[in-house]
Amino acid sequence: MELLIIGGIIVVLAVILIGLYNGLVQKRLRVDEAFAQIEVQLKRRHDLIPNLVNAVKGYMGFEQKVLTDVTNARAAAVSAGAQGPAQQAAAENALTSSLRSLFAVVENYPDLKANQNVLSLQENLTTTENQISFSRQHYNATVLDYNTGIATFPAVLIAGIFGFVKREFFDAEPEAAAVPNVDLSLS
Amino acid sequence: MAGNTFYAQKAANQRNSLLMAGFVVLLLGLLGFSIGFAMFGSAAGGAGVTLFALTLGVMSGIGTYFQGDKLVLAVSGAKAVDPASAPQLMNVIQELAIAANIPMPAVYTIDDTAPNAFATGRDPAHASIAITTGLLEKLDREELQGVIGHELSHVRNLDIRFSLVVGVMVGAIALLGDFFVRFSFWGGMRRSRNDGDGGGGGVQAAFAIIALILAVLAPLVSRFIQLAVSRQREYLADASSVELTRNPLGLEQALAKIAMDKEVLEVANRGTQHMYFTNPIKKFEARSSSLMSTHPPILDRINRLRELTSQPPLSAKEASALTGLD
Repeated sequence: MELLIIGGIIVVLAVILIGLYNGLVQKRLRVDEAFAQIEVQLKRRHDLIPNLVNAVKGYMGFEQKVLTDVTNARAAAVSAGAQGPAQQAAAENALTSSLRSLFAVVENYPDLKANQNVLSLQENLTTTENQISFSRQHYNATVLDYNTGIATFPAVLIAGIFGFVKREFFDAEPEAAAVPNVDLSLS
Repeated sequence: MAGNTFYAQKAANQRNSLLMAGFVVLLLGLLGFSIGFAMFGSAAGGAGVTLFALTLGVMSGIGTYFQGDKLVLAVSGAKAVDPASAPQLMNVIQELAIAANIPMPAVYTIDDTAPNAFATGRDPAHASIAITTGLLEKLDREELQGVIGHELSHVRNLDIRFSLVVGVMVGAIALLGDFFVRFSFWGGMRRSRNDGDGGGGGVQAAFAIIALILAVLAPLVSRFIQLAVSRQREYLADASSVELTRNPLGLEQALAKIAMDKEVLEVANRGTQHMYFTNPIKKFEARSSSLMSTHPPILDRINRLRELTSQPPLSAKEASALTGLD
């Protein structure tokens, strides 16, 4: 009789253990998926920029420097993809910076602001930047969920044994805190 | 009060709505048990009666579960949107779908100058969202984002499903209550007492009285609780919208703009009022501090959002300017 009870307890414990382990695996996989989704959005931006720049080049002829900066930064970001995550992150941040300067320039030209093509460009750039931000935000949410999962009782008891380690949050680039530098010279 | 982080507000709203739904389950159980005991003199009878009423309720609920969204869209005059004609709207919805990690819902517009919106669909994979042309014209991008965040959160939090479950139980309570009142009225109690063993007569009679009182009160009480649940889920959708946008001000300004708008949404009626972003029946909105409204007062919703950025609630002067109540 005692054997049955002990057996029953072991079965219950095993079921609980399996449940906890599977839960942690699921949370970790969600983090990986969210990270991959950021890549998708970054690539979308790479593909979008050449068309957008071409569409407004004629109207913004006198702002060549800003447009060239954007085109160059985009090329750098595409090639940085092969160089590793750190270089990639730096290149993407530089691209974001150059796009911000483009936004700021358009804000100062009322004629440009009213132009339909430019409005459409602004909306496309706005939504692209937003989608990148939101996919990073979602990544952080999955990281929070996972880190909380491995730090709280009872999963914390098994997390170390099975090799579940904390993941890093996605930090905004340090330049984000700075005001974009806008060159309004007509050179 | 409500909590100064959206996490705290979300947790409170979820807890409250679950407690209330649990209370409705309890009511259903009590009612079913006492009716069954009064009629058949045994607990098994009570369980049987409750199960029967619940089955009828579920059967009616299944239709709504699978086809309810199409019906609601048709009744509201919603038309499918051509993506090329509303790029900003589609972009805003796409952005928040990414933030919420749900698939892109089907998007509809309602041709009306009154600013409002609703979402429907049993889960994120089968969701639809409808926005009035008035809302698209009157709100800017940030405010639109707040409203879409609220609507997508209804889908993500499975509010449509939650409301349906509560509705089925409230319907079962109403069915049982109605049935038993008629049963007693037509002298059913006398018959069953003659058939009974006689041994449990006194207890059965006591239960008959309890059952009758419950049969009259439970439908009313459960309906009030259903409305309270609806209000809690609205607060939850507001807090969840902030979780997605991280921008309480956008939603707050949207609510303020809509509160001051005098237009009336023509397609709305009592049957569909609970689904909308703000209660489209203006006189209900004005009196919405009562227990009988599907939505919380706009002023309370704004003040809860202000708590998230540590701002004080609106002063009396600002509040009266908002609702036009002097």
